[in-house]
Amino acid sequence: MLQNLLTLFRYRVLIQSLVVRELKARYRGSVLGFFWSFINPLLQLLIYWFVFTYILPTGREVMGMSPYALFLFTGILPWTWFSSSVLESASVLMTGGNLIRKILFPAEVLPIVVVLSNLVHFFLGLPILLAFLVFYGKIQLSLLAFPAVVLLQLVFTLGVCLFISALAVHFRDVSNIIANVIMLWFFGSPVIYSYLNVPPSIQRFLNYNPMTHILVGYHQSLFTGSLGHWPWLLVMVPASVFTFLVGYTFFDRLRETFADEV
Amino acid sequence: MGIAIQVSDLTKIYQRYSHRKQFRTLKSALLRGSLLQELKPDERFPALEGVTFNVREGSTFAVIGRNGSGKSTLLKVIAGISKPNSGTVKVNGRISALIELGAGFHPEITGRENVFINGIMLGLTKKEIEERYDEIVAFAELEDFIEAPVKTYSSGMYMRLGFAVAIHVNPDVLLIDEVLAVGDEAFVHKCLDKISEFRRRGKTILLVTHSLGLVEKIADEALWIDRSRVQMRGDPKKVVDAYLAQVAKHEEQALTAAEAQAVLEFEAPRSDEGGDNNGEIEPTSAFARERGRWGSREVEIQEVSFLDAAGSARHVFATGEPVVIRLKVSSTGTIEDFVFGVAIFNADGICCYGTNTHLEEFTPVRLSGAGEVRFVIPELQLIEGTYFLDVAAHQRDGYPFDYHRALHQFRVQSKVKDVGVYRPHHRWEFTGNVRLDPPRTP
Repeated sequence: MLQNLLTLFRYRVLIQSLVVRELKARYRGSVLGFFWSFINPLLQLLIYWFVFTYILPTGREVMGMSPYALFLFTGILPWTWFSSSVLESASVLMTGGNLIRKILFPAEVLPIVVVLSNLVHFFLGLPILLAFLVFYGKIQLSLLAFPAVVLLQLVFTLGVCLFISALAVHFRDVSNIIANVIMLWFFGSPVIYSYLNVPPSIQRFLNYNPMTHILVGYHQSLFTGSLGHWPWLLVMVPASVFTFLVGYTFFDRLRETFADEV
Repeated sequence: MGIAIQVSDLTKIYQRYSHRKQFRTLKSALLRGSLLQELKPDERFPALEGVTFNVREGSTFAVIGRNGSGKSTLLKVIAGISKPNSGTVKVNGRISALIELGAGFHPEITGRENVFINGIMLGLTKKEIEERYDEIVAFAELEDFIEAPVKTYSSGMYMRLGFAVAIHVNPDVLLIDEVLAVGDEAFVHKCLDKISEFRRRGKTILLVTHSLGLVEKIADEALWIDRSRVQMRGDPKKVVDAYLAQVAKHEEQALTAAEAQAVLEFEAPRSDEGGDNNGEIEPTSAFARERGRWGSREVEIQEVSFLDAAGSARHVFATGEPVVIRLKVSSTGTIEDFVFGVAIFNADGICCYGTNTHLEEFTPVRLSGAGEVRFVIPELQLIEGTYFLDVAAHQRDGYPFDYHRALHQFRVQSKVKDVGVYRPHHRWEFTGNVRLDPPRTP
């Protein structure tokens, strides 16, 4: 397995060019091109902000989520990265089936490219977030924790995506199931609400969800400025690595069946 | 010289998951906690069994066989794309597999970008691609289009670019799977030239193809795989001949079965249709020709067979072979007005030749009881293809006794790929300053 990871390192140029290709191909031919990477999250933000400010106002001002637009944004950006990666990875080995059957290269490149190209999208949304942070005067020391949270999420997401992509080759139902699971997962993670406002009885359940801690990490580093959640984030370090190892081992064990199955 | 590819006792078994496909789902697999167990197959289908051979360094090695015999699987296993269930493959040197040209191309990005990504997938470094980039584009003849998205390319352009990239990986061992079957003449020639260049430079080539002519022309050694096992290996000519002989045997079986089916189908006499047809053997065109049998059966054609020189029945003949069409006939009473006719139609429904005893001015005297009619062809001058035979017994005015339309078929094989409907007996002569080398006789 270590051997495989080393091989993967040798394929970094391929991963890099595939990510670039993915980004180029996605917006080729559209008038706004790369601007969609900014516009998409911005529009999404506007919708949520409008709904929860004017249609379902619940007095969030008092509950540590004000300004709500900024609070939402700090959660939606990383959540979009996670959910798009998982959704895309459920079909990536099938769409790339031609490659797996016809060219010799490590198949894990494909889900990895999915995660990384969505990471780039996430990064492209950051300038907008930064503008908001400046606007609301939220530039604070806790920002330094931001890269660490991104790294945690990267390792965790890679693990989930490797697992899902390999599983989907053998059970085509996975791609249908996963869309619903992601929806459930979205409401089970503190994106549109705050972890701190959840009653302790429910918080207990949220604690089992790794995305909870990652999102709280983002909220605290970018929004509230207090890093009170760090013990949980510390737990997330081995948890993410474990997820990655499980995902990778699973992928590795099924690797040889891909060329015959996709 | 060393060994470039060493394949020993290779077995590849494809696995089918029939039980799960039916009603099991992921949910039930999870519920019963048997996920990994479910991933184990229950039905096994061997694609390669105990395949062993070596390919010498610098030689050109051809693999032939029918569709589904395991050739492409073998190539994939050698390329390392598919893993064997048992046995080993050792390849010395850099390998490049042309299994499908342009397999990794993304339609939305430009040719240039695809060249780089495809090159990296095939194992080149960015620097190597940069060095060879101009050469690749020149080979593909795509200088004017290289900045356009690949989706705007014609399939020929796509193929040329794919081949250009793969060939410029500059491998020590080149695997080619039938890719030369596509592309226009000029492109195929270019590819063949490139392959010859590879041969000259002492590279090893393993080629899977259905083009037997190509095998005889460029291969140093051939391997024939059938039903996942090695049937024969050695001199390309010998292997190709053995393969062709087996193909003929299979066609023979298929034709025998088809004919038995056809005769059975039209066994019952349908005299009511007799009046509609005047019984002449007409060279009607076409696909409108339906198979059938009709007539009063006062004279019955009981059996039709094609006999070879040794007198045994066959359905596959080589061009130029002697053939006898034998009709076993019998009549219920004594008949004094009768004509026998035969006509040969090709697969397009065109009548290649038709005649009868009346046209050739034989005068019928008497037919009573059983007998045989033989139509003797000393040299079967037909081009390669499948032919249908009409045979008939009727009165001179056309009243049909027994008419078999397209019920019998036979196949002609030829190593010469000449064309047309009619093949006159011929030879070529050259005099003066015209010099040609004669064909290599097998």
